[in-house]
Amino acid sequence: MMLLRGEERQSSGTGKTGSENCRRDSSSASWIASRGLLIALAMILSWAEAQIPVFFAVPGMKLGLTNLVVLIALYRLSAADALLLNLVRILLVSLTFGNMFSMIYSLAGGILSFLAMLFLKRSGRFRMITVSIAGGVFHNVGQIIVAIVVLGSRYAAYYLPVLWMSGIAAGAVIGLISGLVLQRLPRDSGRSI
Amino acid sequence: MWKRDAALLAGFLAAGAALFFIFRISRPEGASAVVRVSGQQYAAYDLGEDRTVEIQGKDGGTNLLEIRGGKASITEASCPDRLCMRQGSVSRQGECIICLPNEVVVEITGTKEELPYDAVAG
Repeated sequence: MMLLRGEERQSSGTGKTGSENCRRDSSSASWIASRGLLIALAMILSWAEAQIPVFFAVPGMKLGLTNLVVLIALYRLSAADALLLNLVRILLVSLTFGNMFSMIYSLAGGILSFLAMLFLKRSGRFRMITVSIAGGVFHNVGQIIVAIVVLGSRYAAYYLPVLWMSGIAAGAVIGLISGLVLQRLPRDSGRSI
Repeated sequence: MWKRDAALLAGFLAAGAALFFIFRISRPEGASAVVRVSGQQYAAYDLGEDRTVEIQGKDGGTNLLEIRGGKASITEASCPDRLCMRQGSVSRQGECIICLPNEVVVEITGTKEELPYDAVAG
């Protein structure tokens, strides 16, 4: 609820003149369209990443291409948008490509990573790439926690060192790419992308 | 501004290195391989005895566990990604092979006394 209010505030801030009021009338349509677009993009990236042959020996080691969309939404739109996008994407991807099992993993990773990124970004003290690195690390931490619970084996924690490091590397790559994308994305399209 | 970023990144790297250190402190050789499926104890095998057994995982999935020369490894699997096969062989206490799709965990434990009676039945 609180998240939604933030969204309303953002869109009502645009309407000042008559022509802009017109734009506001269509804002809910453009809101839905742009979020739909971003969710679709996140889904495609999920799918694309799944097509890359697995050459890592450790389960859970991945690049996290979809975090590109989440990160850009976090910076250009709002935290609420990024969270919504993240949750809907996980739900849809799990239903289409995965199963309940993979959904639990994705949710734990996605939510923990989102919270870590939000916290660092809100602190206003860190660059985007660092925020992304924290996201990568905490995504994997979330997945390990689920693995320990689901498998009933604390030995799943033995993957933590490797996944911790790969999270740093993946987060750095995604952070770099996000920075490049944001530079090229016109500022004024920020509200609707 | 970069200073804070560098500090945090260094912190992450140091924590990662510490994790490696903590987890990689040399562990003694194990005595048996305990197999669990979906968190339930499934079987246990003496690492001193060479053998190959088929593990019935979740939803009809199977993993072929091979024990040879005191080391356990998965040599064949029905899962789509076969990550369990790529994890190589394990022999030290606490080491494990995990197959997520079949929910199979092979853990190396220290003592032979832990062997349950259904070791043969597996």
